[in-house]
Amino acid sequence: MIDDLITALGAEFVQLSLTPIVIGVLAAVACALPGNFLLLRRQALIGDAISHVVLPGIVGAFLVTGTITAVPMMLGAGVAAIIAVVMIEVVKRLGRVEPGAAMGLVFTTLFAAGVLFLEITDTSSVHIDVQHALLGNLESLIWFDADGWGSVLDPAALATLPPQLPRLAIVLVGIGLFILLFWKELKISTFDAAFAGAIGIRTRLLSFALVVVTAIAAVAAFDAVGSIIVIAMFVCPPASARLMTNQLGRQVGWSALFASISAILGYVFAGYGPGWFGSPYAVSAAGMIATISGVILILTCLFGPQRKRTGQRAEA
Amino acid sequence: MSTAKLVAESGKIVDVATTDAPLTVRGLTVSYGNKPAVFSVDASIPAGSMTAIIGPNGAGKSTFLKGTLGVVPRLSGEVRIFGKLFAEARDRVAYVPQRASVDWDFPARVIDVVLMGLYGSVGLFRLWRSRHREQAMECLERVGMADFADRQIGQLSGGQQQRVFLARALAQNAEFYLLDEPFAGVDAATERAIVSVLKELKAEGRTVVCVHHDLSTVPEYFDRVLLINVRRIAEGPVETTFTAENLQETYGGRLASAHIDELHLA
Repeated sequence: MIDDLITALGAEFVQLSLTPIVIGVLAAVACALPGNFLLLRRQALIGDAISHVVLPGIVGAFLVTGTITAVPMMLGAGVAAIIAVVMIEVVKRLGRVEPGAAMGLVFTTLFAAGVLFLEITDTSSVHIDVQHALLGNLESLIWFDADGWGSVLDPAALATLPPQLPRLAIVLVGIGLFILLFWKELKISTFDAAFAGAIGIRTRLLSFALVVVTAIAAVAAFDAVGSIIVIAMFVCPPASARLMTNQLGRQVGWSALFASISAILGYVFAGYGPGWFGSPYAVSAAGMIATISGVILILTCLFGPQRKRTGQRAEA
Repeated sequence: MSTAKLVAESGKIVDVATTDAPLTVRGLTVSYGNKPAVFSVDASIPAGSMTAIIGPNGAGKSTFLKGTLGVVPRLSGEVRIFGKLFAEARDRVAYVPQRASVDWDFPARVIDVVLMGLYGSVGLFRLWRSRHREQAMECLERVGMADFADRQIGQLSGGQQQRVFLARALAQNAEFYLLDEPFAGVDAATERAIVSVLKELKAEGRTVVCVHHDLSTVPEYFDRVLLINVRRIAEGPVETTFTAENLQETYGGRLASAHIDELHLA
C-alpha cells in the first residue's frame, strides 16, 4: 500500500502531475478570492462576462505578437474590455435596449468573435485552439526536466517550470495583497455602499479595482481552466464557503480551501478516475475541477452549517 | 454671519451664507434620469437642533440626504457642512442609510457592523484592534444590543437591525447625525430606545436630522421640520412651521384634512 503510494507520487508524478495540480490550485484560489466579493455584491455574472470578453483579447494579442505571454495577453484582455464597454454603450443608445440585453449581446458577440479568430488563424505553433480556449490546457503544463522530488530544490530544473506557474503565483500573491490591504474598504462597501461613500471610501474606484482584479485572475487562469470553466471557479467555492460560516474572513478562507480541494481532486479524478473504471482514457481536468466544485456546492447546500439562514433580503 | 459670492458647479454666481452651521444647502437639485427627484431645495440646519424631514412618498426626502452627502451625484446646488465642503468635514458627520437598503444576509456579526463606524480611526491598510472592539461594545450598550454582539446580523429583527445601524453611527462619534427613516418598520420598544438615544445626542449639543414618516410623533420627537415635496415647502421650528396649511401644501390631496385635525399642530 505504502509502496503503491510512493510509486504513485514518484518521479513520474512530479514530472506529469505536480505542476498541473499546483497551477490548478493557484488558478482556482486566485479566482475564488475575488469571487467572494462578486458573489456578495450580486455581481457573480461579472466573472462570466469578463471571461467571455477576455477571449478575443487574448487571441488578438496572439495575432499581433505571435506569442502567448503574460503581458500582451493582459493588454489584449484590457483592450477587449474597453471595446466591450464602448460597444455596450453604443448598443444601449442606438438600439434603445436595456443594459442587460446590451451586455448579453456584446459579451456573446465578442466571445464568438474570439472563437472565430481562433478557427481561421494559424495557431498551430502554440497551445491555443478552440478546445483549449474553452476548457483550458492543464494536462499539458508538465515539467519536462523534473526527474523526481529532488527537482523541487534544483535551480536548473526549477528554471524549466511551465511559465504559467510563477505567473499564477505572482497573480495570486497580488490578489491576496489587494484583498488584505483593502479588507476594510471591500467589506464595508460590499455590505453598505451608501455608508461607505459617506465615510469617504472611494466605492466606484474600488468596484473598478475589483473588476480589474477579476479580469487579471481570469486571464491568468486562462491556460489552466480556459475561459468558460473559470466561471465555476469564481462562483462555486465562494458560494459553498458562504454556507459554512457567517463571517466574511472565514468565508474567504473556506473558499480558498474549497478551490484547492476542487483543483486537486478534479485533476486526480480526471487523470486517474476513468482508469479505476477500466477506461484507458482521461477526461478534461478543467471540466472535472468544475464538476468537483459543483459537487462541493451540493454537499454544502445539504450539510453546510449555515445553509438555513433567516436573513432578510434587501428590499431595494 | 456674512454672505459670500461663490461660483456654483454650473458656473452661475450664487449666494451662499458662509456659516459654520451643521448643514447649509442652496438650490440642491438631484435627478434620476430626466425627472428631478429634488429640485432647487434650500435648507439650513442650526447646531444642536433635531429636525424631521417630512413629505409624501417619492418626495425626495432620502434623495435630499444622499445629495447633501454626495452619495448620489448632484445636478446643481451648494452644500456646506459646518461651513466646509462635505469631503473636508466627513469625520464630523454620521449617516444612517435606510435599513432596507442593505442585504442583511451579508456574512457579518453585529459587532462587525458597528466596527465599520470606527473606520476613520483605524487607518489605511490596518485592521480593527481590541480597543476598537471595546468602543463598539460601548455603542452597542447604548442601544441595548450588547448581548447580541456575536449574533449573525441576518438573525435580527427589523428593530434590532435599526439599533445596530444606530450603534454604528454612534461609533463614528460625529457632531451631525443624518438618519434615513430610522423608525420605519421597528417595534415600539426600539422606537423608544432610538428616540432616547437621539435626545441624548441633542443634549450633548449634537445635531440630528431624520427623514420621518409618522406625522403624529413629530412634535414629540423633533423641534424643527423641513417639509419637502421635490421642492422645499417650508422649514422652521415645529411651533411655527408644522401647520395644517404647510402640511396640506406638502401632501396635497394625499393627506385627508380629517387626519390633519388629529395632529397636535401649532
